[in-house]
Amino acid sequence: MSLKDRDYFNVKLERQDDESLWLKCKACSELIFKKRVRENNNICPKCGEYFFLTARERIESLIDDKSFTDISKSIIADDPLNFIDSKPYLKRIEEAQANTELADALILGSATINGKGVIIAAMEFRFVGGSMGSVMGEQICHGMEEALRLNRPFILISSSGGARMQEGVFSLFQMAKTSAVRAKLSENKILFISIMTYPTTGGVAASIASLGDVIIAEKGALIGFAGRRVIQNTTGEELPDDFQTDAFALSHGSVDRVVSRENLRDELSKLLSFFLEAE
Amino acid sequence: MKDEMTLAALREQINELRRLNANGEIDLSSEILLLEEKLRRLTAASYAKLADWDRVKLSRHPQRPYALDYIPEIFGNFYELHGDRIYGDDRAMIVGLAKLKQRTVMIVAQQKGRTPEEKKERFFGMSRPQGYRKALRVMKLAERFSFPVITLIDTPGAYPGIESEELNISGAIANNLQEMSQLKVPTIAIVIGEGGSGGALAIGVADRIMMLENATYSVISPEGCAAILWRDNGMISEAARALGLTASRLKELGLIDEIIPESLGGAHTDLQETAANLKEVLIRHLSYLSSLSNDELLKERYARYRFIGRYRILPKE
Ligand SMILES: [Zn+2]
Repeated sequence: MSLKDRDYFNVKLERQDDESLWLKCKACSELIFKKRVRENNNICPKCGEYFFLTARERIESLIDDKSFTDISKSIIADDPLNFIDSKPYLKRIEEAQANTELADALILGSATINGKGVIIAAMEFRFVGGSMGSVMGEQICHGMEEALRLNRPFILISSSGGARMQEGVFSLFQMAKTSAVRAKLSENKILFISIMTYPTTGGVAASIASLGDVIIAEKGALIGFAGRRVIQNTTGEELPDDFQTDAFALSHGSVDRVVSRENLRDELSKLLSFFLEAE
Repeated sequence: MKDEMTLAALREQINELRRLNANGEIDLSSEILLLEEKLRRLTAASYAKLADWDRVKLSRHPQRPYALDYIPEIFGNFYELHGDRIYGDDRAMIVGLAKLKQRTVMIVAQQKGRTPEEKKERFFGMSRPQGYRKALRVMKLAERFSFPVITLIDTPGAYPGIESEELNISGAIANNLQEMSQLKVPTIAIVIGEGGSGGALAIGVADRIMMLENATYSVISPEGCAAILWRDNGMISEAARALGLTASRLKELGLIDEIIPESLGGAHTDLQETAANLKEVLIRHLSYLSSLSNDELLKERYARYRFIGRYRILPKE
């Protein structure tokens, strides 16, 4: 199924929430035992379609068992603009917090991957579309500073629609903030691996996610700056089938590699071994 | 704007009196002065209570001065440079050398088109990856020769097209953000019209961020925001208000350094006056920034960006 057949924001989210033991794969329409999907990295055992991974599941799928320590700052969103659309911004935040049991759209911690110490962060798409506001920007910067302090690689797994509109220019400037702190990693030879998943778009794509020393796209990722509809409305151009897919990003030179979900952990471990002294 | 009709009528009336006065038959100078004072008062009042959405429209006003209108008014000897040395020359991004009070500076500016042909050539001011790469190329050039960099921001946003994605527009923008945060020369960014999201920010990381009085700067266009958050095109004006995109709001929020006044009624009513204000501000800030060492400059810039953001700190458990 090409990306254009998918509903941009709702795809892969349907696995959530309900209590039933079974789920229906959107790609092959098979009914599958949920537990089997979970044990299989949220990949459909029948057809190989990837289901949505929460940030926590994502990190757990990549790191050594029980090696994770949360190092995030104790901060939550403020509402500098008193932003109200269909509901007040802080109400939206509270609901997202209740749904995800997270403070905001990023998990940050230290962990090991095959024994190698890293600082790792993953975005949570269920939390207001994984959008980057002041909290995410600060946590990413804090993570990079911890990587710097502890001389460890920094790994960021993106899953985001972009900047968080409800914080206006505060969100926009998080792009500059994370990019500025990222420059400190370069100066100090700290490795930054950026992993782009479904979706990595807008202000997140156009800042920190595109600044990895090595950029890996997960198979099935959606990677791009502008949304399909915006491009079509502005240009009237007919978009190619593979537009903004992992393959598109690879063939146009925007990412280093495309890696399937089941191989991501091994790839990371291999990649780290090139940069880290054997211990 | 309904006030614009009243103001236009008043302006016409003054012109008529001036014509009569010039004939020399009767002395109308005191009447003219009176009307001019009234015009000034009404204009000021009318523009002070502009809704944010009106301000957006003003920032996109078809007669609004563009970078190429300001540049000859402010700088001497503008000498345009072209091309990103990789792919092409983006006409929505103008770069070049110029003199400001005998000092060489590098100008990086976004340019919309005035005529239909020029609009097309310049993609309505929407820069493409080759534009951002051209901007970065000349900023690095400026750095090698210690020329301050002045950027003039005026774009609806980066150009959303197939080619932009093929040429990795995300990477081009991201790269500029990182490099500009480290550029070892004084940098000043001024939003002169529309500050459209990442496409504006990509030449907007600087030691000083300033805005013309009626310029706007936003994370997303009010139209885009209304479509996504409200799913209702009738809410564009509300979205404009909610986004906090005016110069005065952004100054209040501490996100920009200074608001540069425009001529009464907007920059399009008096280019020279607005340009003179711009020039004064540029010279003043550049003179301070030039007094800093590179270390101090970069330290101040880093601190500015490192601490941008508003969040609540949870009490320790
Ligand atoms: Zn399936």
